Amino acid sequence: MTSETVRVTSEAVNGIANRIPAVVPRYLPLLLLAVGWEALTRTGLVPTSALPPLDTVARAWYELASSGDLWTNGVASMTRGAAGLGLAIAGGSLIGILMAWYKPVRAAVNPIVQFFYPMPKSALIPVMVLWLGFGDASKIVLIFVGCLLPVTLSAFNGARGTDEVLIWSARSLGASRARVLWEIVLPSALPEMLSGIRTALALSFVLLVSSELIVARQGFGYMIGWLGDGGAYDAMFAVVLTVALLGFAADRLYLMLVRRILAWRE
Amino acid sequence: MSEAAHIVIDRVSHEYRPARRRPVLALDDVSLAVGEREFLALLGPSGCGKSTLLYLVGGFLPVEQGAIRVEGRAVDGPGPDRGIVFQHFALFPWKTVIQNVLYGLEKKGLPREERLRIAREFIELVGLTGFEDSYPAQLSGGMKQRAAIARTLAIDPSILLMDEPFGALDAQTRSLMQAELLRIWQRSRKTVIFVTHDVQEAVFLAERIAVMSARPGHIKEIVEARFDRANPELLRSRQFVEMVDHVWNLVRGEAILAERSGAA
Repeated sequence: MTSETVRVTSEAVNGIANRIPAVVPRYLPLLLLAVGWEALTRTGLVPTSALPPLDTVARAWYELASSGDLWTNGVASMTRGAAGLGLAIAGGSLIGILMAWYKPVRAAVNPIVQFFYPMPKSALIPVMVLWLGFGDASKIVLIFVGCLLPVTLSAFNGARGTDEVLIWSARSLGASRARVLWEIVLPSALPEMLSGIRTALALSFVLLVSSELIVARQGFGYMIGWLGDGGAYDAMFAVVLTVALLGFAADRLYLMLVRRILAWRE
Repeated sequence: MSEAAHIVIDRVSHEYRPARRRPVLALDDVSLAVGEREFLALLGPSGCGKSTLLYLVGGFLPVEQGAIRVEGRAVDGPGPDRGIVFQHFALFPWKTVIQNVLYGLEKKGLPREERLRIAREFIELVGLTGFEDSYPAQLSGGMKQRAAIARTLAIDPSILLMDEPFGALDAQTRSLMQAELLRIWQRSRKTVIFVTHDVQEAVFLAERIAVMSARPGHIKEIVEARFDRANPELLRSRQFVEMVDHVWNLVRGEAILAERSGAA
């Protein structure tokens, strides 16, 4: 107990001193990449029409941000992404766990899942436009459909791996079968489910931007396409980098959340 | 015996049917009666079906041939009248010690204050006070099993089913836990079926020992082992040593058979 306390305190002290500098070496390769980018364009090795220097990209970003364009398009994109992914998480968890728990559900759903899993979901972009038009609905449904399967499969595998003795214990402690599904199978499936959701999170960005690139009147993808067509390459790169940064931040935040949810694993 | 029997196992056979493989007869015509508040050990070599028999009593496996009655009623699924303790503890890993113990109490629908009081009482009984808020992953094997025993005892089942509960523990912890179990059993006096392959453990704990044969398992012999367990010299006493020897001779041949058939 005492040594534990000592360790924790010294960790806390070291933590403050170490954490900030520790981030720098970890992301040093990224910094080098940025320096390399700037050097390539400054020395003229790469024409600025193909790759604008980083500082002009930064200036373009500032203009886009202060005009509010980046904000309104960003909100549109993120809303679509969150709606599609949220629906996929809810639907996929439910379907996956029911597949593991009820044989008839598994028999009915499994062939469909297996058939559609390897299909590139971007192929559905024109289909979604045909059915749902150019607005938000076509993007939300595309993201939902694309993210549904990784979540479903991870929930299914996680739930199927539930330790039988945990179910038996719960039943002999007086839990009904329905309770067991909610209180034992779901938390048992959680670690695997959460990693499936991480895959879905990355996929949602891919589907979001590619669907907006092809048909949209708003959003990051739309901006990238429109700025590129107009030859405003510095601004185009600014949006590309914004999307990259948002994807990275979302993934990091998600991992922090997962670590908190799964704290019981030590 | 039979009019006071708490659990009656009547000509039970059980077959495992693994997918795409030949069915395995695990139990062959087993009959056994366990008295009210009796401590019975099911002793036998690995793979003799002793755990299967326990799971049938627990209601985790369906009784397909023969009958099992608890207090005169046929077993139909698990229930809180039959508490179980597994070899690998089976604690809910996402719940703390106290949350694990509270789980069954919530199912009983007791008021919150009452639940907490009972949970703390049983955590104290097994000597885990101070670890209420630890997760199972933070506990040693012995502590995990203490928590699992507290969780099972808290809902006050009339029957305690134990499936090699100390089999995963080191030798020192095991003998400590055996003494603890006896102490707890003497206080709460439940009907216990204790599955083990450890002869000394069976003789030390149980009033009667049902020795099972190698697969397909049936009851080979039932041995009475009524000692004064308050005697601190019991383990060194002649009658105890002779009893261990006697039971060991019964199991020995079966263990060799089980070894040869590769049953594990």
